[in-house]
Amino acid sequence: MSGPELGLALSVFLACAVEAVEALTIVLAVGTTRSWSSAMSGVAAATLALAVLVLALGPALTSLPLDVLRLLVGGLLLVFGLQWLRKAVLRRAGLKAKHDELQAYAEQTAAARAAGGRPARMDAYSFTLAFKGVLLEGLEVVFIVLTFGANQHRVGLAAAAAGLAVLAVVALGVAARAPLASVPENTMKLAVGVMLSSFGTFWGAEGAGAHWPGGDAALLAIIPGVLLAALATAALASPGDRRVWPAGRSAPRELTRRP
Amino acid sequence: MNVARARALLRGVWDFVVGDDWRTAVGVVAALALTALIADAGVSAWWLMPLAVLALLGWSVRRAARDATRRPDAS
Repeated sequence: MSGPELGLALSVFLACAVEAVEALTIVLAVGTTRSWSSAMSGVAAATLALAVLVLALGPALTSLPLDVLRLLVGGLLLVFGLQWLRKAVLRRAGLKAKHDELQAYAEQTAAARAAGGRPARMDAYSFTLAFKGVLLEGLEVVFIVLTFGANQHRVGLAAAAAGLAVLAVVALGVAARAPLASVPENTMKLAVGVMLSSFGTFWGAEGAGAHWPGGDAALLAIIPGVLLAALATAALASPGDRRVWPAGRSAPRELTRRP
Repeated sequence: MNVARARALLRGVWDFVVGDDWRTAVGVVAALALTALIADAGVSAWWLMPLAVLALLGWSVRRAARDATRRPDAS
């Protein structure tokens, strides 16, 4: 496996694992409080929709000329990656609430109980919530699988890395029978932001006609460079009194949106 | 599909890709265009994107940090 392929697999695995942990919390919450069969039906429907999206868009993307593909994918990855990185930096600086699976689980179960009675066979609430949770979390993974995979003509490898991450998270979730609160989600999000921004920088510049010194080996400088820049930015942005939004406290709306 | 649904769909795509900081997206597009112009003139242009990423990240975080610490309920 080449360096860029390893980067592809690692980025997709991390991104997918983070999103799967969040989706698992939602599914666990509605499954345990309302209906497991309806929740699992929602999961299956969302997984099918995501797979169809990859199968439909993957070949279309890979048929684009390489320079156009790299410019388009590089630009999109960079825009997307800088969103992840910005929020990861703000979390690290204590300016944005860190994601807390136990808190999210408590909120979801309370909402599920408050939603009222359930029918005997199919619970629409459980189905819809599980479907939406998996679909929304999965869309980001599909975006990453398609952009990374298409650029290296390895959509299959990217999809396999995503599948492996889902299996790992589901296995841990089944073993723990609880939200995976001990997964270092915020660190993983920082890593994903660094990888997306680094590959976006590399491919975007190549697609625009620039040539990197050392070719693919330039990534070995870009990735640590972006990581150091993110850590330095977090240190500089950190307020002196370490003002932190603990989970459940209200942070400004513009700092609470995804990813 | 009616106009309201189309608008909602476009809004969703915009939120998904661009997020809540459109200035960063504009900066990325401008940096890529500038890289293409410089490369097209036959000058080495690889250095521009890393600099742009550093500047855009710092600028975006600075704006967000300033907004966050200005909030009266932030204490």
